Amino acid sequence: MSSPTIDHTLDEILNLAATHFKVPREKLAPDDDFFKTLGIDSLQALDLLTRLEQHFRIELPDYELQGVSDFRTLANRIQARL
Amino acid sequence: MNEFKGQTLSWQIVNGTIELALHREACNEIGSLTLAELERFAEALPSLSNKGHALIVYSTQKAGFSAGADLRELFQRGQQMEKAEALRGVREFLERIHAVMNALDAAPITTIAAVHGVTFGGGFELALVCDIIIADRMARFCFPELRLGLIPGFGGIPRLKRDLGNAVVRDLLLTGRSFNVMKAQQIGLVSQIAAEGEALRVARATASQVAKFGRKTAGAAKQFIKPIPYDELKQEIDIFCDLYSQPAVEEGLRRFVENEGPQPYLP
Repeated sequence: MSSPTIDHTLDEILNLAATHFKVPREKLAPDDDFFKTLGIDSLQALDLLTRLEQHFRIELPDYELQGVSDFRTLANRIQARL
Repeated sequence: MNEFKGQTLSWQIVNGTIELALHREACNEIGSLTLAELERFAEALPSLSNKGHALIVYSTQKAGFSAGADLRELFQRGQQMEKAEALRGVREFLERIHAVMNALDAAPITTIAAVHGVTFGGGFELALVCDIIIADRMARFCFPELRLGLIPGFGGIPRLKRDLGNAVVRDLLLTGRSFNVMKAQQIGLVSQIAAEGEALRVARATASQVAKFGRKTAGAAKQFIKPIPYDELKQEIDIFCDLYSQPAVEEGLRRFVENEGPQPYLP
C-alpha cells in the first residue's frame, strides 16, 4: 500500500484540529501558527500530539516538534514517520 | 485515620478500597506540602490496609495525574539559601519522599495507579511504585529531568529498570521524550488502557477483582515478583545530589520557571 501524499496528510491534520478544537475548518490554513490559531497552551499541545499519534498510528517524539508551529511543517514531520 | 482531606490530597475507603485522590492545582506538582501529606498517608497505610483490600491512586485534576516535582519551589528555595544549605534541604526532601515511595511500593495490599493526561517526572515515579498502572488513552509519560541537568530523583531509574528492558529505559531517559499510552503498553509499563475519562472506573473494577483473592497469597506473589531495589534507590539520591550541586541545574531550573512559551516541557 502506498503512503498518503503530503497534501492528504496535511488535510487530515487540519480536519482533526478543527474537530477537536472546535474551530471552523475553513478558518485553518496550512501555514497558520497553530498555537495562535487554535489558541492552545502547552498541555493542549501535548493533547494534540497524542491525538495525531493515535490518528496516524505513529510515534512522534516531541523533540521533532521543537520549534514547529505551522501545520505544513507538522505535516512534513508526520509524513516522515508514515 | 480512615478518612483525610488535605490541601493537596485526600483519602477514604470506598467499597473496601482505599482511594487516594491527588487534588493540588495545577497538576499535582509534588512540593513540601504534598510530601507532608503523603507522609501522613504512608503513616496511616498499615492501619488502612487492615480495612481495605486494595489501594487506588488517582488525580482529580483535569491536566493529568501529576506533572512531577514542584520545580518552582525547588528553584525558589535554591535562591533563598546558601548552596550547602540548599543541597542539605534537597537531600532531606529526597530521603523523605523515598521513604514514602518505598512504603507504597511495599504495601501489603494490591496498589493501582489510575492515570490520565500528564504523568511526568515525579508523577510518573509515583505511578511506578504501584503494582498495576491503568491508563486513560490520553495519558502521556515522560522523564524530563535530564533537560534540567538532573536525573529522576523519586526512585524512577531503579523502578524502571526493575519493570522494563534496559534499552527502552535508556531511550526514555536519554532523550527525555514523552510517549503515549500505546507505547507505554507496548513496552510493558501500562497493563490496561481505559477510554478517555474512564481510568478510575476501570481501576475500581480491577480493585473489586483483586478482593476475590486471599490477601496472604496476593502478598506473597507480590513480594516474589516485585523486589524493592533499595541499594540502587540510595545510589540514586547520591547521584541526584551530586548533579544538583552543578551550576547547570540552577540555569536549567531558571529557564523552566521563566519560560512562558507554549512548549516549556521542551529544552
